[in-house]
Amino acid sequence: MSVGVFILVSVIKSVIVLVVLLTAVAYTVWLERKVVGHMQNRWGPTRVGPFGLLQPAADGIKFLFKEDLTPPHVYKPLFLAAPMMALIFALTSISVIPFGNSITIGGVDIPLQITDVNIGLLLILGVTSMGVYGVALAGWSSNNKYSLLGGLRASAQMISYEIALGLSLVGVLIQSGSFSLREIVDAQGGHFWGFIPRWNIFHGQFLGFFIYLMAAYAETNRIPFDLPEAETELVAGYHTEYSSMKFAMFFMAEYANMITVACVATLLFFGGWHGPLFGPPLLQALLPVFWFGARIFCFLFLYIWVRGTLPRFRYDQLMAFGWKFLLPLAIANLVATAIAVAW
Amino acid sequence: MHLILFLAFGAVCVGGAVNLLAQRHPINSALSLIAVMAALAGEYLLLGAEFVAAVQVIVYAGAIMVLFIFVIMLLNAGEEEQTNGSRVAILLGVPGMLTGSVLVAWVVLRHSGTEAVPIGALPGPPKEIAQLLFHDFLLPFEVTSVLILIAIMGAVVLASKPERAEGKAD
Repeated sequence: MSVGVFILVSVIKSVIVLVVLLTAVAYTVWLERKVVGHMQNRWGPTRVGPFGLLQPAADGIKFLFKEDLTPPHVYKPLFLAAPMMALIFALTSISVIPFGNSITIGGVDIPLQITDVNIGLLLILGVTSMGVYGVALAGWSSNNKYSLLGGLRASAQMISYEIALGLSLVGVLIQSGSFSLREIVDAQGGHFWGFIPRWNIFHGQFLGFFIYLMAAYAETNRIPFDLPEAETELVAGYHTEYSSMKFAMFFMAEYANMITVACVATLLFFGGWHGPLFGPPLLQALLPVFWFGARIFCFLFLYIWVRGTLPRFRYDQLMAFGWKFLLPLAIANLVATAIAVAW
Repeated sequence: MHLILFLAFGAVCVGGAVNLLAQRHPINSALSLIAVMAALAGEYLLLGAEFVAAVQVIVYAGAIMVLFIFVIMLLNAGEEEQTNGSRVAILLGVPGMLTGSVLVAWVVLRHSGTEAVPIGALPGPPKEIAQLLFHDFLLPFEVTSVLILIAIMGAVVLASKPERAEGKAD
């Protein structure tokens, strides 16, 4: 592949992935409002378009045209930079996620991934761990005690749960022996006894998946761990003082992080894009992407389901759960996996 | 290309470090330090040490600096007062630093030759690093971790309230 073709392909892939991701973010919001609405015996959005499907567009237009208010006494440079940081780090992590095998167009072999780095998983962990600065600095720079409390809670919570999150993934890494997301997925092809797929969750990592899921909910500030924006105590937490598109950027970052978490769970525990392939060659090329997307959808639905079901934790419960339950469990899982692999 | 990237990351590094000292607000200084860490990770990547680069971002920029920021936010530290600095520091410090860096550069250039280390000559992939850490240098590695454990215990002892004093206060 020549340099020109490489750059062209990379740009096209980046644009497609970004457009798909942002659309998915918008429609995850719609899905959440719809599903939670039905769970609470309401209809959710119904007015704009059929089934309220154009609601995200209406929301976007509203956000763009609302007055962009900057309250007095905020620390302006960081007040402006915080939502950008949150969104940039949330969108960056998608760049190493593979969503299918490579396809061949006009003799050029194109892997369905923006870039394949051999430390892909570490890169995702690094970028998401930087994402906390957006939330923390937004809380601090707003010069508002509720925002500050939200920011403090966010940084303490993310540091606490990052450890359990990282340890829960090490089990998978020991089993597959690689940091490359593509190799981890490739190691999960095939079946046990001909019918149970060889996904890591059926391969001794059920506990690891459970820990990852809990920790990831806390990392993305979702119910039951959405303490940084607990509206009953903190008005709206770290984004109390934000309005208009800056406010929307925090929400885009949160939903993009949800999608990244769902992608990582799919790739590491649920066999990525493996699934039955049939039909003509074009369908065979696109089915893996469909299987991948279907699993992401299931995870997003689970997120919304949990939000509609569980109440919020108290803050001391959150910390006790993270340090005294999840972390020892993650270490036990790691030791057990290491012994099993070394056996 | 490598040279351009090296110089760009280096410029961010040095610029961030100078900004760290020049800023009066602690949170700006902490953010400059994050920029320095991230630029250092970029330099490691250029050397082919991808694992070290990732760990640099995860541990330093992503965890330790979050704690720094957390403490600054918790204490709500305000702007520091600008001091004009002591005259001794300017008179002795600046020439001293310049002489020192020139001396170090001279020694390094003289004793290592001017040949640069080719990319990939040093261990970079996770497997090689694991081999070094858990096989070749296992004992030093474990001793270091015990040392860190002792430091953590010391911090806990220092941070915990002395029980006897509490009893007296009651």
